[in-house]
Amino acid sequence: MTTTDGQRSGPGEADLSRRYIAARPSDPESWDLADSERMNRAAVAGMTLAELADDDPRIVVLTADLKYSSRTVDFERRHPERFFNVGIAEQHMMTMAAGMATFGYVPYVATFASYASLLCAEQLRTDLAYPGLPVRVLAHHAGIALGFYGTSHHATEDLGLLRSIANMTVVCPCDAASTRRALVDTLGVPGPVYLRLGRGREPDVYPPGATGFAIGRLAKLRDGDDLTIVANGIAVRGALDAAERLATDGVQAAVLDAHTVRPFDAEGLCTAVEPTGRLLVAEEHNVIGGVASACADALIDAGIGGVRMARLGMPADEYALIGPPTALWHHYGLDADGIAAAARLLLHD
Amino acid sequence: MSATERVPDASLVREIKARAAMIRRETIRLIGVAKSGHYTSVYSSAEILATLYSGVMRIAEDPGWAERDRLILSKGHVAVGVYPLLAERGYIDHALLDDYTRLGNPLGDHPDMRGVPGIDFSSGSLGHGLSVGVGMATAARLREYARTRIWVLLGDQELNEGQIWEAAQAASQFRLGNLCAIVDRNQMGLDGVTEEVMSVEPIRGRFEAFGWQVLDVDGHDAAALARTLTSLPDPTEDQPVCVIARTVKGKGVGYMELSRTWHLGYLAPADAAEALRELEET
Repeated sequence: MTTTDGQRSGPGEADLSRRYIAARPSDPESWDLADSERMNRAAVAGMTLAELADDDPRIVVLTADLKYSSRTVDFERRHPERFFNVGIAEQHMMTMAAGMATFGYVPYVATFASYASLLCAEQLRTDLAYPGLPVRVLAHHAGIALGFYGTSHHATEDLGLLRSIANMTVVCPCDAASTRRALVDTLGVPGPVYLRLGRGREPDVYPPGATGFAIGRLAKLRDGDDLTIVANGIAVRGALDAAERLATDGVQAAVLDAHTVRPFDAEGLCTAVEPTGRLLVAEEHNVIGGVASACADALIDAGIGGVRMARLGMPADEYALIGPPTALWHHYGLDADGIAAAARLLLHD
Repeated sequence: MSATERVPDASLVREIKARAAMIRRETIRLIGVAKSGHYTSVYSSAEILATLYSGVMRIAEDPGWAERDRLILSKGHVAVGVYPLLAERGYIDHALLDDYTRLGNPLGDHPDMRGVPGIDFSSGSLGHGLSVGVGMATAARLREYARTRIWVLLGDQELNEGQIWEAAQAASQFRLGNLCAIVDRNQMGLDGVTEEVMSVEPIRGRFEAFGWQVLDVDGHDAAALARTLTSLPDPTEDQPVCVIARTVKGKGVGYMELSRTWHLGYLAPADAAEALRELEET
């Protein structure tokens, strides 16, 4: 057979010389690996780490046969001697990274969020968090971003799990600029960091440099006195767009990005909710255990009662339907339509 | 800083035997404080640990010496037999042993690297240690520590854990000749004999199929252990090494040996005195 770049390979043999090169124009609906490689503009972790590693010899990167999906191949191309592909062995990868961290390295391990969190829960707890080792988990394609690949590939429970693990830092950037910023700003965190990343096609929210994005603090992206919307990940863009629509009806919604889920900015949340008395939380996660729960914890701990609260996310007892991610986000109300509708309900409640 | 590399002479063999006896005595004393513990899992490992801590492992006065050998207790429940070795070396205060497992003491049934100098990794959940070893051996290569060897002490029933084999394939793929796994082949897990509960044999064949060099030794023969562990291939070689140490779970106290009821236990003072007398005689 002849591949797109003209190389020949024998029948039934993998052609090791072939790089992924798209043979046709990109289709935005496509999941083709080569198309994705060009469309996933927000999948900047690999390149960011490659740049950081130029000056920081502690950085090493591991992946489990997903270097294209995670774009850690961008790191491999620049620093092949510090790149380790362990094959399809995620639990081993986590623990191996912990071993490397004891020698002063800062390992970044990349795999789908479903495996990084649920499959490797014990390794995260016992091998990374309990000893407090500086391993960074690049948990990409989080939430329902893998769409019709189905529940095995979805991670809508990871925040609930990780919020209860001592020593763990959990950050959920929503676009390219905040992903870069999160990677840079967590480099010095002494314990493990779980970076919850999307599929790489997330629209821009932050300007280059992600000013206003500070680890551990809610980022206020829009002011408003009528309603407070807290979102993170894919729902941040939807929340901002929903707030614009609400404004045409004379409703002013504040929008906050809860990118740091652990430690959670309880004080910032209370400050943001008290003036409006209405809180809408939108997240690509089960409505139990994630950002909405963190907000409720904060309000209860602070003794703030009487807040009208609504949650958008995966229903407590449902697994996602099959469908393309954009269709699923719309179905579960995590885009501008859904968030605006939920906001109106909450305002008239 | 340097570390000794021992020659397997008669003085080393005497030292190993004396140290193994100390491990067995101290294990009785410490579990006497806790009133529950893993006597038999320590007793099968006693000569292995004694050999490593008799100058075979390259460690130094400073337990944090960067280029030291590492020992990962993948069968973490052997820790009670290691704490006396750490106290002997001055890494931890002897007084901590007297309060083993009492409230706030860093010494628990499973070892904590953050609380105990000389413990290179926290363990307890079986099946993780070989992955830790692969990570450390990889890191030692990146750091160009040419003499550093990473030792991993594995239980035999532990080989049922899938992650062991994820690590085993990585060790040969990454050509980690600076990694040595010692399997304490004491023939038993918690519920009984390994081959009845869930087979681990052929251990040699399994590791060889994963690309390892496999050696075999009588794990209670101090001279044989000394010879084997001081003549391993150089850490700069590219094939990981597995040493199968053939042992007896509970070795040293007759009624504990290969007993189904002594994985966890407690010797009341009179029984402890009797067990100590038996150890003294052998």
